[in-house]
Amino acid sequence: MIGLTTKTETEKMPLESPENVVSVEDVSFSYGDVPVLEDVSIDVESGAFLGIVGPNGSGKSTLVEVMLGLQKPDEGSVCLFGERAANFDDGERVAYVAQDATDTSRGMPVTVREVVRMGRYPRRLFRRFTDEDRCSVEDAIEKTGVTDLASRRVGKLSGGQRQRVFIARALAAEAELLALDEPTVGVDAESREEFYELLRDLNDEGMTIVLIEHDIGVVTEYADEIACINRELYFDGDPSEFVETDALAEAYGENQHILTHNH
Amino acid sequence: MVPQIETAAGVLGELASATVPYVSDVFERFLDGVYGAGMDSLSELIGVDMLGYPYMQRAYLAAVLIAVIGPFIGTFLVHREMSMISDTLAHTAFAGVAVGLFVNTTFSLSVSPILTALVAAVITALLVEVLIEHAGEYTDSSLAMVLTGGFAVGSILITANDGGISVGIDAYLFGNLSTVSKESVGILAAMTVVVGTLVAVAYRPLLYVTFDATAARASGISVRWYKRLMVVLTAVVVVGAMQIMGVILVAGMVVIPVSAASLVASSFRRSMFLAVVGGEIASVVGVSLAYVYGVAAGGSIVVAAIAVYASVFVLRSGAEKKSKIYSVFRTEERKEVEGVSADGGER
Repeated sequence: MIGLTTKTETEKMPLESPENVVSVEDVSFSYGDVPVLEDVSIDVESGAFLGIVGPNGSGKSTLVEVMLGLQKPDEGSVCLFGERAANFDDGERVAYVAQDATDTSRGMPVTVREVVRMGRYPRRLFRRFTDEDRCSVEDAIEKTGVTDLASRRVGKLSGGQRQRVFIARALAAEAELLALDEPTVGVDAESREEFYELLRDLNDEGMTIVLIEHDIGVVTEYADEIACINRELYFDGDPSEFVETDALAEAYGENQHILTHNH
Repeated sequence: MVPQIETAAGVLGELASATVPYVSDVFERFLDGVYGAGMDSLSELIGVDMLGYPYMQRAYLAAVLIAVIGPFIGTFLVHREMSMISDTLAHTAFAGVAVGLFVNTTFSLSVSPILTALVAAVITALLVEVLIEHAGEYTDSSLAMVLTGGFAVGSILITANDGGISVGIDAYLFGNLSTVSKESVGILAAMTVVVGTLVAVAYRPLLYVTFDATAARASGISVRWYKRLMVVLTAVVVVGAMQIMGVILVAGMVVIPVSAASLVASSFRRSMFLAVVGGEIASVVGVSLAYVYGVAAGGSIVVAAIAVYASVFVLRSGAEKKSKIYSVFRTEERKEVEGVSADGGER
């Protein structure tokens, strides 16, 4: 694991501000008696597109929650933009699209524009919106291609359209880190591809992206760094290397997992 | 530290004792001079006697205020899928009323039952919320337990005193138009101002928390405190509405207009507005029917609210059907036109 970490470091251009957006060090986490994460260390550099893969119940979501300070690790430390994640209070720098976020909104009367405006709320929780706020809301709507849907109810959109709205919210927030938890479950293939192209564009413009994805094909195509996890970190590095190693088989094969525990 | 708190409390107390009589004086003048006079002339103008009676004027005002704050807080509750919290808090507020009446008869005090109801409801609201923070989710069974528990305590206290305090308990159970005093309308008006202001000020965080609590938390909003604010405001609304609606029916005013509004509104802001409109229709119609037929106001208001919901539902599906029929009609028309030309234009 240590070897892999140094490899990723050398791969990145040393000039490209190597500041870490997130750094997770020796983190362990458990729900009650059930260990979910064990001794996980991973850094997310500024501008990275990190794909997190792993079998169901492997702790992917928990890892992201720990990264964002939504869960406190039992052991180890987590830094978000150089601050302790649990005390992080610069909310507008972080945007999160949780796995169930898109389902809960189904019955609620709330328009696309209203959701995108929420992106500005961390900055303007009580004060009036300025022209700048309104501009950035409209820009975000335009950029994600939901202009025609702006006054429609979010619950009545298709899965793909709804995901774009959530991205628009992150854009309006001018977030530097965008974390998404399996965003394209139940989204048709074509919209999925468009959605990932959008993420790639945002990443090219400098947004750091952490993506949990069950489709390994997608991750190897779009992400520039892959973390493979099943309670422990099995791989962290370049996608092209990932397909060559047997980290995937190790992480996914439960029996193998026990056998090759400490090789 | 302690003396400081004492002085602060002293100052606050003086401030309160100085302002409360003044505010209530102003309110009373408004109630008699402005609102009462206005309703009197309205009564003469349209020839409806009941609008001219002071107690009915108070009942209307109370119902109108309830129809503002009920849907106001209800819009958040319904979309967090926790409508039943209002019912639960209403039943524990009933326990609070019983405690107030019990204490008054046992120790010959004169504590307002509304005050004890408010204390009981706010405490349970916070208790339920904190329990849920630890347990993770709203569960049906825990709410049912608190609901029945509250009502059980109430019924024990009422019967323990050998029926001595059961006088007037009906008014709290089913609501009553004729017992709405100037004081209680005043309290309700104050509650409306407080709830209205807080909801307006905290609209954005409350909306974000309702829509996507996880994202709200990730972006640094203290979700926990806004959830607590939400349940405490619910407790206030429930106690305010209790006198007219009755504890058993309070939830109706919090939930039904909101459900009706979300059938047709696309934006959250609009759904809030429409819920208040629907609530107002239901309360004015409900109070009027209650007077005309001499029935319980809470019941007639809730039935009127359901009628509003039903008509919105029918109108909406009617409109959808119409647009569907219209589109079918248009395609058939087009086919016909095509058919005619295929015939070589004989006709």
